[in-house]
Order: sequence, then structure tokens, then C-alpha cells
Amino acid sequence: MMFLLSFWTQDYLILDKTFTLNNYIEAFTQPVYQLLFSRSLYISLTVTFFTVLLAYPMAYFISFYGGNRKALWLFLITIPFWTSYLLRMFLWKVILGYNGVLNSFLLWLEMITEPLTFILYNSNAVIIALTHGWAPFAILPIFVSLEKIDRSLLEASRDLGDGPIKQFFRVILPLSMPGVVGAALIIFIPTVGDYITPKLVGGTDGLMIANMIQVQFSKANNAPLAAALSVSSLVIVAFISIVFVLINKKHLRRY
Amino acid sequence: MSKLVQVKNVFKSFGDIHAVNGVSLDIQEGQFYSLLGPSGCGKTTLLRLIAGFEKPTSGQVFIDNTSMDNIEPNLRPTNMVFQNYAIFPHLNVEENVAYGLRNKSEKKSDQNKLVDEALELVGLSGLNKRSANALSGGQKQRVALARALILKPKVLLLDEPLSALDKKLREQMQSELRHLQRAVGITFILVTHDQYEALTMSDRVAVMFDGKVAQEASPRDLYELPNSQKVASFIGEMTFIKGEIVGENKNLQVQSEIFGKITIDKSRVFGQSSKKMVLGIRPEKIAIVPKTSRSKDLISGKIIDVSYFGETTNYKVSCGTIETLTISSQNSVGQLSYSVGEEIQLKADMNNIIAFSV
Repeated sequence: MMFLLSFWTQDYLILDKTFTLNNYIEAFTQPVYQLLFSRSLYISLTVTFFTVLLAYPMAYFISFYGGNRKALWLFLITIPFWTSYLLRMFLWKVILGYNGVLNSFLLWLEMITEPLTFILYNSNAVIIALTHGWAPFAILPIFVSLEKIDRSLLEASRDLGDGPIKQFFRVILPLSMPGVVGAALIIFIPTVGDYITPKLVGGTDGLMIANMIQVQFSKANNAPLAAALSVSSLVIVAFISIVFVLINKKHLRRY
Repeated sequence: MSKLVQVKNVFKSFGDIHAVNGVSLDIQEGQFYSLLGPSGCGKTTLLRLIAGFEKPTSGQVFIDNTSMDNIEPNLRPTNMVFQNYAIFPHLNVEENVAYGLRNKSEKKSDQNKLVDEALELVGLSGLNKRSANALSGGQKQRVALARALILKPKVLLLDEPLSALDKKLREQMQSELRHLQRAVGITFILVTHDQYEALTMSDRVAVMFDGKVAQEASPRDLYELPNSQKVASFIGEMTFIKGEIVGENKNLQVQSEIFGKITIDKSRVFGQSSKKMVLGIRPEKIAIVPKTSRSKDLISGKIIDVSYFGETTNYKVSCGTIETLTISSQNSVGQLSYSVGEEIQLKADMNNIIAFSV
């Protein structure tokens, strides 16, 4: 339905059902859409990068140093899910705001003389909030892939002369790549199309493609263009995901 | 020959469990040394202490007269063949074998030559690019061996390397390992729970029970002169008969119901605390003799159980007392077979009887 819709035209109240590519041409040529697409990709790729970067040490810690408290640690990680996503995103406003927790704290410490403004109502805020919101989803697949590594392989690598750092890069990281790839896809795919986070903390500089789609569907009353934007973003996400999986094929193949 | 590995009064506890409970060993250079014992006796822990994967609670390990106290596994002159082989699944055969070499400074072309040589040594020539997951158990075993031997360690540690292989392959690998050890001249320390494996492969065997070394000897001495009932029954089979000391001079005179009064050389007496002794004899040191034979020390009995093993048959014989004798008889040319209930005459080799304290 959405796919069909993207080839039609909205003519005020009437839907013109003649086939046209104009919506796609508009979606890919108008600077505003290009900007929104590239910002969405930039935000979600950055979020993916930082989420995986943050989640890896946590998963590593739980897997290798969790002892018999692994279940407890995993349970603690789910605690943020006990409140609604909306509420958690909203709280970032309280933390990052002009008179927010972070600014007050830094002012109190006298590390800054006036409140920081680059942390709310722009892309940075969206990145911070999304990274926080999605981190638990990245921890789990990485944790599982680390758990699957046979501990005798670690001993073998030490036995064959590796120090701890070499061991990490020669054995642990390559063997946990399936988890990293999984985590990256889990974060990347939904964050590209995230709508609520940019709406709450993104201001005008942090809006993403999903916000535009919503505007086109409702206020602008241009469902066909919205559909074309949706399909385009679907294709872009699918393309990037496939490229990502192909790059990591080497790591994924052997299991 | 010099002492290459010295274990000095080593203890290792995991919480309340004393895995290694005061072990001292000297392992000579170039030896094929086995640590033998039932599961849970601490033999693997001892091996891991030598490799450096565990730190002793007290005591010390020396390799080549150097204390290994603060030396990490990657810096020890030891390499290990793991029980599950621990082949890196993300690397192929060649990359696995070269793994340790890549930490060294030699030129890559020289390293590749060494890899080819190592693969040839273990009989895997030409499998360089094979994926690790496409290997059979025996091949993984060989890759693990090549990977360790290529680094020319002073000591090669083998943690039950053959236990996952089927019987035929296991026997083949036993003799290959033995030949390999002689060819490369590296000291091997093998952990095993299989007494025949230890006997056939080793120059020297340490039998361990409950974290302690019960006996350390050559395979022949271990079998012929076990120093306790526990060692005797762990290494093969032995029949035990109650006896009492009736005289003592240079030798010991022991009276027992089945054997009568016999003389045992002091070198075959282990522990002597009271008049009561236990006499032990291996099943193959008793022969079944024809009923027509006449000799004063023949034992007569009745077969109560027969177990057929192919090349040998084991008989359980009741000799009119509570105790029964176990006899192992080779099924060689001309050997008669007997069935349950038959009356037979036996001749025991009295020189092979060992006396243990009760």
C-alpha cells in the first residue's frame, strides 16, 4: 500500500492515481530531504558506533569477570526498561537542559562559567539520548558471543606467547565479531527511523527523516511524498546493512 | 641428563578443595613423563601449575633451574596440547600452526617454511589452507601438536590428548607420539587416566591419588612392584589374600590359607606395621596346570566365573576359602579352555608375590 502510494500524487483532497516518479525525484533532489537523510544516517551511525563501543566493555566485564553473578548483572542492565522509553528520553531534557542537572553540576564545580548550550536541542542531544536508550540491546548479543568463546582458546593464546592485549585482538575480538555485527545492526536499523527522540531532545537542528515523514503524512497532507520518503529510507537502511554484513562476512562465515 | 622440571612441595587449593596436596617431582631432560591417576586426583591441576595457568598456593615450580613464580604462561618455556585441542576456529590450519611464531621476530618466509616442516612432522602436509572446523578429531590433535612443537619448547605439556579419540586411532597416536618425542628430543609431560597409555608411552610415571604422588617409578617397576594396594589395583589387576607374618630374618615368612607358608624378599614388602599382611599377586602370575601334575605347592580350586577377552581369558577360582583367586590365561596355541564348575589345579609364581601392610 505504502509502496503504491509513493507513485501517486496528492491533489488537495483527491488522490491522483497516475503513475509518477516525481515523489522520488523530490525526495532525492530537495536539499531539505537530502539534509535530513544524511543527518539521520550520521546520527544513527554515530549512535551505533558509540553504543557498541560502550556496550563491548560492559559485555566483556560481565562475561569474563561476572563470576556466578552474571545473571544479576544482566538483570541490572534491564533496569532502565522498567520505565517507559518516552520518560527516559524526557529525562535527558532535565539532565542536559540550560538549567539542567549537568550544567548546574558543572557550574557548581566551577568548571564552566555559563551553561553549555551545545548539548540540548541538536544532533548531539539526540546522539546522547539514543546511545543511552539502546545500549542494553547492544550488550546482550555481544555478551552472548563472548560467552560462546571456549576459554581454553584464551589459554592456548597465552600459552603460544600472546600477552593480554594481543590475545584480545587475535582471539577475543575476532571470535566475538558476530555479536558486534548483530549489535550494530540492532542499533542502526531502528535508530535511523527514530521519531520520538529527535522530537523530544533534537530541537530543530536535531530533526531526522522520520519527523519529516510524520509532518508530510499529517500537517502537510502529502501522503505520497511521505510514502516515497519512507520507501527511500527503507532502501538506504537495507543497502547499508547489507554492505555492513558483507564487510564482516569473513567473521560470520565460520560459525 | 639434568633435572629440567622441578616441582618443589607444591600445594594448590580451590577454596576447601586441596587439588594438589604437597607434590615434589624431578623430571629429567628428554624424558617422556606421565602423570597418571583417576579423575579428580590433581594431575591436570599440576600440569596447569607447570604451564602457569594456575599459581601454587605454596611451593615452587622450577624449569631449567629458573623459578617460575612470577612468570606468565606466555613467557614460560612450555607449550601445551589441550584436552579439547583448543584449535582457533577463526583461523585455518596454517594460521593455527603459525600462531605462536607470529609473536617471534623471524622473517615471514622462514616462518612459513617452519610451518610446512611442522605439518610434515605430524603428517598433515598439504592441508595448510583447510579450515579448522573441517578437521577430524585426529587432525585437530595433530594441528595442536604441530602448533606447540613449532615453538621448540623445553617442555611439551599434554593434557589427556588422546582421550577423545576412538580406540584404534588412540593406539596409533600413542605410538606416533612416542616416536615424535624420540625424534624431537623434547621433554614431554603427559596427563592421563589410562594406565595402559602411561605404561606403553612413558619413561617414567607418577601415580597420583587425592592430590599426592603415591608412587613414582618406571612403567615396569610400577607394574611389578607397586608400593601400595591402591597403586596395584589402579595399574592393572591384582588379587589380594590375607596373611600373617610367622617368621622374619633376611626375608619375611608369611602364612596364608591359599599359598601356605611362603618366603618373601624384603624388597617386595611395603609397609610393615603389624603381624597382619596382605599378599598380592597379578592374575597372569598364576598358571593353570594339568590335573595330572604332582608338585607340593599346587593349589586346587573350582572355577566360579569365566570372562573371555579375546587374547586372554580371566577365571575366578574358589580355593575353599572366603577369598577367590583371579587368573589370567593367554589363549595361545594349545591352551585349554575351562568352564564354570570345573575343578582345576593352579601353580602360582611365589617369587612374584608382594606383601603390603593391612
